Amino acid sequence: MSKTQTPLVDIRELSISFGGIKAVDRVSLDLYPGEVVGLLGHNGAGKSTLIKMLSGAYQMDSGEIWIDGKKADIRSPRDSRDHNIETIYQTLALADNLDAASNLFLGRELTTPLGFVDDATMEAETRKIMARLNPNFKKLKEPVSALSGGQRQSVAIARAVYFKAKILIMDEPTAALGVHETQMVADLIKELKNQGLGIFLISHDTREMMDLCDRVAVMKNGQLIGAERVEDVTEDDILSMIIMGKNPKKAA
Amino acid sequence: MSPAMTDMQMTDTSSQNSNAGPVKRFLRATEIDTRLLGMVGALLLIWIGFHLTGFFKNGYAAFLTPRNLWNLSVQTSSIGIMATGMVLVIVTRHIDLSVGSILGFCAIVMGVIQVNILPQYLGLGHPMIWIIAVICGLLLGAMIGALHGWMIAYLSIPAFIVTLGGLLVWRGVAFLVARGETISPVDETFSLLGGGPYGAVGGTGSWVVGLIACAAILWILVSSRKRRTEHGFAQRPVWAEGVLAVFGCGTVIGAVLLVNSYMWPVGIVTQYAAANNITVPEGGLDISYGFAIPVLIMVGVGIAMTILMTRTRFGRYVFAIGGNPEAAALAGINTRWMTVKIFALMGMLAGLSAVVASARLGSATNALGTLDELYVIAAAVIGGTSLAGGVGTIYGAILGALVMQSLQTGMVLIGFDSAMQQIVVGSVLVLAVYIDNRYRSKSK
Repeated sequence: MSKTQTPLVDIRELSISFGGIKAVDRVSLDLYPGEVVGLLGHNGAGKSTLIKMLSGAYQMDSGEIWIDGKKADIRSPRDSRDHNIETIYQTLALADNLDAASNLFLGRELTTPLGFVDDATMEAETRKIMARLNPNFKKLKEPVSALSGGQRQSVAIARAVYFKAKILIMDEPTAALGVHETQMVADLIKELKNQGLGIFLISHDTREMMDLCDRVAVMKNGQLIGAERVEDVTEDDILSMIIMGKNPKKAA
Repeated sequence: MSPAMTDMQMTDTSSQNSNAGPVKRFLRATEIDTRLLGMVGALLLIWIGFHLTGFFKNGYAAFLTPRNLWNLSVQTSSIGIMATGMVLVIVTRHIDLSVGSILGFCAIVMGVIQVNILPQYLGLGHPMIWIIAVICGLLLGAMIGALHGWMIAYLSIPAFIVTLGGLLVWRGVAFLVARGETISPVDETFSLLGGGPYGAVGGTGSWVVGLIACAAILWILVSSRKRRTEHGFAQRPVWAEGVLAVFGCGTVIGAVLLVNSYMWPVGIVTQYAAANNITVPEGGLDISYGFAIPVLIMVGVGIAMTILMTRTRFGRYVFAIGGNPEAAALAGINTRWMTVKIFALMGMLAGLSAVVASARLGSATNALGTLDELYVIAAAVIGGTSLAGGVGTIYGAILGALVMQSLQTGMVLIGFDSAMQQIVVGSVLVLAVYIDNRYRSKSK
């Protein structure tokens, strides 16, 4: 990917504070098509908060977000979706009492010409996408509370894939998963990347990040310590950025 | 869908079927909600219990008679109408304690409009009077509900507090509007909405209603089968569809036969005959009551609310908010505005109940609907609405209202005093929720 093209997402000087504490402090970061950018840092470093401003869950205090070379005004989750941004939250954001199809289409239900929700078509569509993402997925009629962690995860991922996101945000997508399911998510990330999506990935697993990401951005105390290409840094470099808050490349 | 997948599903269901008992197999094939069966069973048990108790204790069994069941249906309608709205409120993890007071206030305002205000301008008995009164009542209820919803959603005051305040405020306002007077008599057409001999659709009318209902049941079964075929989903066996059709239509026709076998009393017949210049033949004239108008209103509300909850985006969002409010908000649902709409709907239904209740009484008093909020909440909860949110059905709430009303009517018939009635109703509420919890944890 060449840096001369327009970035898919260009975050400029984004800040937000809660009760006087700067959760995110003038962070600038960009993301290109077909690129996976990892966000690393301690709990409370501001990764999730940064991402939530992009997905519309929080409203920034100052700064700008540019999508595809145009300034975007993101005030709500709906605005974010309108810019083809899909977010998979750490908590998965599923309504436990509804079935997979209702969750997949939540907020964007397919309707019949009379304006009623078209459950049959939504179920059929869910079946199709699940057959692709997670062939073991069978419990289509049951509330998602009856599903395993991996199955719940695939419902959340299916949401992003089905609606043809251009920008995907994944907040600890593998935190609650077993080895096999983690591999499935990793494969999917690579597949989506090849399709030209831009992906922000949050994780605590440095090794996994080195494997999946093109660049890693490290945050500490709300500030961006640095965003480096993975081939330019070692795992130790990243760890020292996370722990000490020092960028070894800048120091050198 | 690929043929391989269809095959897989088919073997799936058939293998499930082979290792289940006949009852389970029957339930699975017909896809009947076991909770519904349980409630209907409990209801029948209550009915038969009161019938037999009356027979052995007082020497005459009065419960399972057309007259009592007809009255039961009318008495259920006011609580039943409000219970359908309470389902939405409770599913979204709120509560509404103010419905009884909203009912009282709306009834008083409608009373003043049709007795004190409109006759001055339109003349007594003008055909527009009842329509204007009803519209005003519904709008007033919706506005009060919306006000409550706005305070809950946008001012972040807990629903319990807002509606507890509403419980006191609207009862007080109702008193002030009429200075505590009873307003009567209500408009003649308006009073038909409360039931009574003239406020029922009669024998022929009931058959028309019944046949339309049967046609609707068959249409639903056929069209759902067609939809499943279109998408290649597993079908119910044909015999199961047949059983459902027979049960559904049988219940409807049974209800028609029941309400049609309740005849007008001789006094009313004589009055009616005199008014319409009919000579009463020897041996009397048999005129059936048929379905009471308030009961038809309740059934209509039940159907409309069921469609709203299961077939529209609004209903889907209600359940989503109940299941996980945060997820609903992240999915782009405006949860605050939804809360306003839900409480407005609840208020409007309280206004509709005010129409039924004051029409039935023939007058409006500021005490109308006192304690109704508790019966409405109890009806919804007995009907399987979970106070933890996210779960509830409209038909359950209406059945719950019927259970509550059956208990009260039954105890009056066998001569329990009111203290005993309160003890029984309270205990049944707690017991019902306990059984429901056990059922839920077992089915998980």
